Amino acid sequence: MIHEVTDLQYTALIGLEIHVQLATRSKMFCGCPNRFGDEPNSNVCPICMGSPGVLPVMNRQAYQYAVRTALALQCEIAPFTKWDRKSYYYPDLPKNYQISQYDLPLSRNGQMEISLPDGSTKKVRIRRAHLEEDAGKNIHDNPTHTGVDLNRAGVPLLEIVSEPDMNSVEEVMAYCRSMQRLVRWLGVSEADMQKGHIRFEPNINLHIVRDGKTCKTPIVEVKNLNSFRSLERTVIYEIKRQLTEWQADPETCSLEKLGKQNRGYDDARGQTIFQREKEEAHDYRYFPDPDLVPVTPEPEWITRMREELPELPRARQKRFAQQYDLSPSETATILEDRATADLFEQAAEAGVPPKVLCNQFISFWAMHANQRNCTIAELGLTSAQLATLATMVSTGVVNATVAATLAERILATGDDPRTIAERENLLQVSDSSALEALVEEVIRENPGALDDASKPGKKQKKAFGFLLGQVMQKSRGQANPKVVNELLLKRISSP
Amino acid sequence: MELSELTASQIIDRIKTRAMSAVEAARASLDRIESLNGSIGAFLRTYPDYALARARQIDEQVASGVDPGPLAGLPIGIKDNICESIGKTTCASKILENYSPPYDAHVVEKLVRAGAVIVGKTNLDEFAMGSSTENSGLQRTYNPWDLERVPGGSSGGSASAVAARMVPVALGSDTGGSIRQPASLCGVFGLKPTYGRISRYGLVAYGSSLDQIGPFANDINDIALLMNVLSGQDPKDSTSVPADYAPVPNFVEQLHGGVAGLKIGLPKEYYAQGGLDPEVRKATNQAIQILKDLGAELVEISLPHTDYALACYYLIATAEASSNLARYDGIHYGYRTANPTDILDVYFRSRAEGFGEEVKRRIMLGTYALSAGYYDAYYLKALKVRTLIKRDFENAFKRVDVICCPVSPTAAFKIGEKIQDPLTMYLSDIFTLSANLAGIPGLSVPCGFTNDGLPIGLQMLGKHFDEATMLRAAWAYQQATDWHRRQPKIARS
Repeated sequence: MIHEVTDLQYTALIGLEIHVQLATRSKMFCGCPNRFGDEPNSNVCPICMGSPGVLPVMNRQAYQYAVRTALALQCEIAPFTKWDRKSYYYPDLPKNYQISQYDLPLSRNGQMEISLPDGSTKKVRIRRAHLEEDAGKNIHDNPTHTGVDLNRAGVPLLEIVSEPDMNSVEEVMAYCRSMQRLVRWLGVSEADMQKGHIRFEPNINLHIVRDGKTCKTPIVEVKNLNSFRSLERTVIYEIKRQLTEWQADPETCSLEKLGKQNRGYDDARGQTIFQREKEEAHDYRYFPDPDLVPVTPEPEWITRMREELPELPRARQKRFAQQYDLSPSETATILEDRATADLFEQAAEAGVPPKVLCNQFISFWAMHANQRNCTIAELGLTSAQLATLATMVSTGVVNATVAATLAERILATGDDPRTIAERENLLQVSDSSALEALVEEVIRENPGALDDASKPGKKQKKAFGFLLGQVMQKSRGQANPKVVNELLLKRISSP
Repeated sequence: MELSELTASQIIDRIKTRAMSAVEAARASLDRIESLNGSIGAFLRTYPDYALARARQIDEQVASGVDPGPLAGLPIGIKDNICESIGKTTCASKILENYSPPYDAHVVEKLVRAGAVIVGKTNLDEFAMGSSTENSGLQRTYNPWDLERVPGGSSGGSASAVAARMVPVALGSDTGGSIRQPASLCGVFGLKPTYGRISRYGLVAYGSSLDQIGPFANDINDIALLMNVLSGQDPKDSTSVPADYAPVPNFVEQLHGGVAGLKIGLPKEYYAQGGLDPEVRKATNQAIQILKDLGAELVEISLPHTDYALACYYLIATAEASSNLARYDGIHYGYRTANPTDILDVYFRSRAEGFGEEVKRRIMLGTYALSAGYYDAYYLKALKVRTLIKRDFENAFKRVDVICCPVSPTAAFKIGEKIQDPLTMYLSDIFTLSANLAGIPGLSVPCGFTNDGLPIGLQMLGKHFDEATMLRAAWAYQQATDWHRRQPKIARS
């Protein structure tokens, strides 16, 4: 049983290994399609099946994607990088070794800045990022035997290893979400969690201060978490578990005593389960793969790759703050993905007030994208439609309620918002003579409310709001609330 | 004229000029295998239907004026660790006894495209690990010169097939001497090209950084002919070398320059080897004297790290092998143990039952060399020694064009003589394995016989991607001698 423990002074140290499947056309070392969801063993060839006599050939696109990501993470790109074999026996690993990178990864020493919920920022150091091939999948859907699907075998994986720089679950989540956004932003991965494009392996331990001494709990690595939810639950659980175990037996529950451990996450129970001591870990017998040649990128090529990087989310966030006066929390939605950010900018360039445009992104465009399980950019809107709709609100042609209605119509018809508004008679009424009649009608129907609204007291504000709402309703939302407000005030003060 | 009296290029000429049909050539080869294989055991399998059908196509092409390629109708044997989709590729191992590759090796594609006719697959030491072909898990092979003796190995099947004129040419693979040593013991030419000269795609890997495919023949011209077809970069093999780095010459055209002024290096360490048989020493010296008489200049050289080559080789080759052979696990293909209790049992028993003793020995040795705590002392140290050995050759080749030395310290030994003593067996490759470590080309040239009538080979070693100079020296030597024309009695009967 886990208890809340609050009276201890401790720091959680959390690092992450993130595996990102790269969205290359073909696999890491053969020409088979890199595609999810096909019939088992349909995207395979002698090479990714590990037939006798075959040889791997490096996918240049995968290397390029990896370097692009490493550069975006401000890593140093190795002038010499090589491939190593990591040996272990498993049915989904046809060669019984995985081609990976051991001591000379393609990049090292980067960092990523993350935004935290309290508005602060933090830098997380990246130790290394390297390429490797994915394994296939064992399929346990039969009582008498296990199936092996090798469609995924040989798919390129970028492994990004951070330093243990995160100290809370919030930081872990911010880091991982930023990483997901970054790889999508760079166009190197779809980063679709459902398809297993990203897998997390957090390593967690606590530094607990007791009697002025720092006690370290064993470092626990949790393997293969494939959702944000399981990652979050794992980190929360592990911090609590380590605290409790340390309290129960501080002598045993120490890094010096137990070293590193592997635990697995049990989703059904929401717990991590002990797997093995790291000391019992496999001896992977890494050695350089003699079938592949080292990669020695030209400095000019690296420079060009760096120059060709798109403006990254953090840089864009800072620019948006300056250029459009939008805060990080306001631009979070716009900066979810690069195409949406581009779309926003194209619309903003038409001279629309950025705040209004931004509000529409946050309120209804994000909602529609969510409902369709796509990005705002993927809604199929033109920047002209977006700009026009925002302009209609900022110039008072329609109010926010009608704008939301128009947004639905735009998505349904693909028409220009002004055309829709005129066709469906949704333009805002600011003409006071037309609205005066509505005001009179409402007052006539609600004499009591007029009474309450006229007299200072508890009910006054509520009654006034009621009358305003009634007028808006009668106008089918088209009345300019400012004008109605003025008319009502005038009517109340001069009965 | 009998097929057995003709060189490969003579057969091709006759087929192209319709003096002989490809079908006749294929049938003659298949007939010879039929009649001799029972005593020699060179071939594990023949493909008569395939070969005759393919030969018919060649004949049709010739008849209709289409050029079937530079190897038109040439019957060829392929070592059974080179994959083809005609039949099986077993590596002479029980674990792959029924394995049919779904694809063709790059060299097989090239041979077929050049018009060669694959007649069958030849025996080898299991997974090319051995020096006598006694480690074959499937069949025994005998030396055509003396059926009580080994043909050498690991390409003993290809060497004995060519020696017995079952086929005019054959392919082998050489990781530490597996082409040159059996070529020497069987009295034929055998070339291990420079590492990277010929694609390894489709060669079942033993020691990937050492393995190289190469040809056997009874005439140096035929070796050159095959090299013209087999050489060149293959996009499927990252370690094959592009033409802008190492252009592929026309090896046949470059044969005839002679050896006048050629500097031949004689490594003093090789001749100081205690195990060198006096008859082999004598034959080698006589061959070198002939080259000198032809105008070559002899230069004593030193390869100071020679003593470490054997240990270095057996660490690197076995380390790579332990990883390369990990895939034979009873899961995806190949032999699987009966009634396993669980997954580990599948692994343990399939491998224990499927692999032979020598293969298991080398897997264990290599696994040990790569294990945590031993890696630095063994594998890493071996890599460093390898660099020194490479450097020895680079330094030597600053002074000489070709190095000459024995291929094997002894002529063919008796079956069973060394099989119980692996270390003695390993010494069979003492003169050949340095070339694999250094990546340089090596050639075995028939250069005489022992008093018992067993063939002896002279080894020529060349600079990286300079097979041409070696072949030129060998051609000059062939012109001056007739060792290569001698046939074992069994081939003449």
